[in-house]
This record gives sequence, C-alpha cells and structure tokens, in this order.
Amino acid sequence: MTDTLLVQSTRANVLSKLMSMDAIRPLILVAVILVGWDLAVRLLRIPPYLIPAPTLVIEQVIAQWPMLLRETMPTLTATLGGFALSALVGIPLAMLIASSKTVESYLYPLLVFSQSVPKIAVAPLFVVWFGFGVLPKIISAFLLGVFPVVVSTVLAFKSVDKEMIDLARSMRAGGLRTFIRIRLPHALPGIFSGLKVAITLAVVGAVVGEFVGSNSGIGYVLQVANGNFDLPLMFAALFVLSMMGVILFMALDAIEHFLIPWHASRRPDPNSGT
Amino acid sequence: MSAALHRIDTLAPRAEASGTHIAIAGLTKTYKTRGGSVPSLKPIDLNISKGEFVAIVGPSGCGKSTLLKLVAGLLPATTGTITIGGVKVTQPPDGVGMVFQSPVLLPWRTVRDNVLLQVEMRGRPVAAYREAAARLLHTAGLDGFEERFPWELSGGMQQRAAICRALVHDPEVLLMDEPFGALDAMTREKMNAELQRIWYETRKTVLLITHSIPEAVFLADRVVVMSSRPGSIEAVYDIDLPRPRDLSVMGEGRFVRYTQEIRKHFFAQGDLDH
Repeated sequence: MTDTLLVQSTRANVLSKLMSMDAIRPLILVAVILVGWDLAVRLLRIPPYLIPAPTLVIEQVIAQWPMLLRETMPTLTATLGGFALSALVGIPLAMLIASSKTVESYLYPLLVFSQSVPKIAVAPLFVVWFGFGVLPKIISAFLLGVFPVVVSTVLAFKSVDKEMIDLARSMRAGGLRTFIRIRLPHALPGIFSGLKVAITLAVVGAVVGEFVGSNSGIGYVLQVANGNFDLPLMFAALFVLSMMGVILFMALDAIEHFLIPWHASRRPDPNSGT
Repeated sequence: MSAALHRIDTLAPRAEASGTHIAIAGLTKTYKTRGGSVPSLKPIDLNISKGEFVAIVGPSGCGKSTLLKLVAGLLPATTGTITIGGVKVTQPPDGVGMVFQSPVLLPWRTVRDNVLLQVEMRGRPVAAYREAAARLLHTAGLDGFEERFPWELSGGMQQRAAICRALVHDPEVLLMDEPFGALDAMTREKMNAELQRIWYETRKTVLLITHSIPEAVFLADRVVVMSSRPGSIEAVYDIDLPRPRDLSVMGEGRFVRYTQEIRKHFFAQGDLDH
C-alpha cells in the first residue's frame, strides 16, 4: 500500500525533480530563448540579413562544423596561452603587491592606467611589433586577462585574518610555512574568482587580436562573415565561440571544485529539501 | 567584609614554594599613533606560579588583551620584562599554547588536522602527535567529529577544538584571550566546566583573559582585577574554593561574595561591560 503510494508520488515528482536539477536549468532557459527568438523572427518577419532564425543558425553550425572546429583551434591556443600568461604573471605580481606597501604604491596605479588603455586601439600595434602569428593574439588575451587576476589575488592575500597570522606566529612558524599552510589556501578562492573572469576575457582578447591581423581563427571567421553579410555564419561562429568560453569556464570551475572543496560556496545548501 | 575573602594588596606571588613560572616585572606598553603616544599599560608586576590558573578581568579597553599578547610574545613590550620558566620573552616562546577570542580554525582542514596544525607549524613530526590529538579530542567530547570540517561544528565545539589545538604539543603554559566571549550563556557555562576539568587533568599554568566575573571566579586560583586606561592591576583575589568545582558552586555564598566584591571595582570605575 505504502509502496504504491510512493511510486505514484515519485512519478508525479519526476518533472519537478528534472526542473530542479542544476544542469537542466540553463538548458531550459536556452530552449525558452530559442523558441522566443524563433517566434519573434517569424511573427515580426525579420529578414535573415538582420537576424537569422535559430534554425538557420543551427543549420549553418552543422554545415560549417569542420571549418568552425578548425578555426577554433588558433583561437583556443591564443586564449589558453594568454590565460596561462595572465596566471603566471598576474599571481606572482599580485603577491608582490600584497606583500609590500612600497611595491603597491609603485605598481598599482600603473596597472590601473594600463588597464584603462583600450586594447582594441593598441592591438594593431602588436601586429606591427609581433607580426601575424599567434603571439600578438596571446598578448592581447593576456592584457585583458591579467588585470582581474591581479585585483582578485591582491585582495585575497590582503584579507587574511590578523588572528590567523597571530596564530601562526604563536606556533613559531616561519614565513614560508605560514605562506604554504595559511596564506595560500586562504587566498585560493579569491585567486580562482579572478581566474574565472580572466578566462572569459582571454577569449575576448584572442578574438580582438584576430580581428586586427589574422587569416585564421574564429575572430577571422567573424570578420569575413560580417563582410559578406552572412549573418547565419556569423551567429554560428559566435555560438562556437561562446561554447568555447563556457567549456573553459566549466573546466576551471571543476579544478576549483577539486582544489577548494571546503569553500562556503561549495557547502550543501541547508535550505534545500534533500 | 567576610573573613572568607582574603584580599591581597601586595602583588607578591602566592606560593613561592611551587616556583614562579611566569614573571612580569615593570611591564608597560605604549602605542604610537599619529596623535602621539597612547599608554596602554601602566607598569604591571605579576608572578604566576607553576600550575596556577590566573584569570584577569577588566572593562573593555583596559589593555588586558594587550597584556596577554605581550606574554605570548606577539607584541614587543615598551619597557619591563616577561620571563617564562626563567627565559625572557622576546618572541613567541616554545612551551605555550594560545586560544583566541574566535576559534580561528582553518576551514580547509578537518578538525583533527586543525589540531595537528600546531605540530606542523612548529616543524615537529606529526605522526608522533596523532595519539595526543585523538586523546584531547576525546577529552573535549569531540569523538566522531575528527574528520568533520569546522563549519559543520557549533560555536562551542569549534572553540573546544581550538583548545585541543592549543594543548596538543603539551605546552607548559596556556594563554586564553576571552575564549568564550562569543558563546551564548548556556554554552559558556558548559565550556567553563569543561575547561576546569581539562585544567584539572593537565595542570597547565593558565592565564585567562575574560570580562565575565563569574567565569573568572569559577575557573581561577587567583583573579586579577584591572582598571582601565591605561591598564593597571587594581586588586588580586585569592579564590579559596575547593576543587574540582562544578557549576553548582556558582550558587554558593562564598562564590557570590567573591563576584560581588570584584564587581564593586567596576562600579567604582563607573563602567562595566556585560
């Protein structure tokens, strides 16, 4: 008796359970947006050279898939290269800034100044300096990615509790031990929040680099499609680019999950009904 | 007042026979601020015997926490000296365990690893202290919580884990800076009883800072009353209550008379916090 009741209630809950799965929710939203987009294009009779219908874009993604995949590779290389450089330069630089008021007063204003320079304006300069290879794209991705890494990491290292440091001192720990066992793990969540912003900005930086001087990459595809008024291809390229950004972000999120399982944002929600 | 109360006007150590463990002589602390130098402690003289439990009570801002940080070697003294076991304190001494106002547990470590942090930070072999950690956690009633993370524990349990951490390397001196200030009244009384039991079993020399007069009287062999700005010792009370004490002693006449007598100092000063 109770068993059959349980089965019935389970069936009734399947839909609501599916709706509440974290992985499903964004897909539901995407589906809603696609339907709305399709309806708007059909009902308002928007011509494909202004906004193509989603079906047209999907067709284009499928038709051009080998080309899109091939052109993704240089963009991915530039993005990862720029991101790696952002982390390798940004984190030590931030540690230096966080450790000394003198270094901070020298470096920080300069960093903010450099960030205020529009990258798109100086990107052609990199072509002049570094040619048409992958290097100017990496530098462009790096310039966009490094700033959030530095800002987040400086804040992360500066926000260690005074009491934690007192605790370390009361245990007669040296600077290196305190760094490895307290300062660094404490700063990891902050560093990762900077890295996550950096990876999405690095994608933008790589594309900006490809805009100004390239004959390959998604940025180049976008330029060509734009020039030919081939909006379905342009949207298809944008879709591939966004997916790349999402996948990179999720990969970073997974690494963060692995390294910082203890963080407050990872704890089970006490209000969830399970 | 009552003959049972024995006020000591000379600040000489009570029991010279068991040996002075912590000797504070002519200790002052002056903070330098932009507005000039602010005296925080007037010359303090206090001797604490080996195995003695001394509590310091005083109003907010009387410098009692400063005094503890000076004894812990976390702050440099302006003038005067502190010796622990005959060794002058110039940096955090070896045989000392510290408990802070908040538990200061590292959120990325389990309860057991938080306790063992003390040993790791001191560069001692961790394996040799696993048994001591397990024993202490058992004594503190944290059985079954060794593998949990601090945020899975209640405030009282967290502070108990912090006390285990302060004791795991078997220090001769335990320094406590308002360790139960953040706990609710019920938990606090329970913690007082447990701390008393732990002290009774281990017989460390304890210096406890508190602003709770009943807590001080319940726990201590001697209660030192401090006056505010700049902090100085106003009176010292010998607490002549039989040990081990349980919480019911708080209702006894002698206990109440001690607390009343001590409280008068604060009414005379015109400010009493809590």
